[in-house]
Amino acid sequence: MTAALIIVFREILEAGMIVGIVMAATRGVVASRLWIAGGIAAGVLGSFVVAGCIGVITAAFSGMGQELLNATILSIAVVMLATHNIWMSRHGRDLARHVKATGEAVSAHRKSLAALAIVVGLAVLREGSEVALFLYGSIAAGGSSALSMMAGGMLGLASGAALTVLTYFGLLRVPGKLLFPVTSALITFIAASMAAQAVFFLEQAGVVTTLAATAWDSSALMPQDGFAGSILHSLIGYNDQPSWMQVAVYILTVFLISCLMRVFRSHSSRLIQRAISGSHLPVAR
Amino acid sequence: MRQHLFAVMVTASALLETASPASAAEVEISLKSHSFSPPEITVPAGEAITLTVRNLDARPAEFESKELKIEKVIAGNSSIIVKLRPLKPGRYVFFDEYHEDVAKGALIAK
Repeated sequence: MTAALIIVFREILEAGMIVGIVMAATRGVVASRLWIAGGIAAGVLGSFVVAGCIGVITAAFSGMGQELLNATILSIAVVMLATHNIWMSRHGRDLARHVKATGEAVSAHRKSLAALAIVVGLAVLREGSEVALFLYGSIAAGGSSALSMMAGGMLGLASGAALTVLTYFGLLRVPGKLLFPVTSALITFIAASMAAQAVFFLEQAGVVTTLAATAWDSSALMPQDGFAGSILHSLIGYNDQPSWMQVAVYILTVFLISCLMRVFRSHSSRLIQRAISGSHLPVAR
Repeated sequence: MRQHLFAVMVTASALLETASPASAAEVEISLKSHSFSPPEITVPAGEAITLTVRNLDARPAEFESKELKIEKVIAGNSSIIVKLRPLKPGRYVFFDEYHEDVAKGALIAK
């Protein structure tokens, strides 16, 4: 039972943290909970589909189907995370909270919510399919061990959900003014981490072969599957043996998203911000 | 013209051949009732390797190796292919993540 708990928890650790961060990033946005729940539901549904078709997926692209599917899922998630950050930097940090939201800001929020819901769905899909296969295998084994495995699996899912709650409330302790920069930074690092993981899968598939040498090996110092290592892996994409290409893509992603956020931070939204902080007009609702 | 085309095709196929290393050593292991056979397998160090893992059980498994940085699901009664980069000499442990306590094996690069 403990083994099942640990396996399931390890699989959903990353997805659990992502959901918590996304919830904190969209706190106070109308219907955000509904979007996130929808993303999770779609991800769970997709997990069963992927688990059911795993044979076909594995055999596709001369045996490299799993790797290419993972790389595709991760790449889409990277684009969605980047888009969210850019939209939000364009439409002002707390615009929606402080002034009557303009039509443009509302639509930006809706679009970026959709982007984040997709990210949540993809994160759940990627790790959920492995959980689904594991639990299916446990049931197929039958007997009393199946029952205890299932119980362990359910406890693993529950502890994943607890991690989501922990991440969410942890982030809510961040002072209001800092919440936006902190969640933006976390989302940027998660995007970079996913981009580097996509590179890893492309390397596995033999698609990316340049800069394949290992950049460093810190597995003795801080193993990636250890406690600190796995939390750092989920948060900022810590890798104990990355290739130079993974390092390069990670840095490039952080750089690109940061630059685009700066470029798209529109002059007008800054003017509005200044007007809000300057005057003490009653806040419109 | 036709000769040119031929030359281009020859060059292209030569390029393709160097792009996909046909020289990769091929090894195969299988998984049955949560044990790998052979449990230990020796491969040449410093050479690209194509590893085939057959799951002879009806239940899915997840072939994983922390040292080799592999995590790949194998459906019941099917197989996967794993491409390994040239390895340094040493022992690389792998296991079925779903039954890590019993299903273990190692790749030895010499």
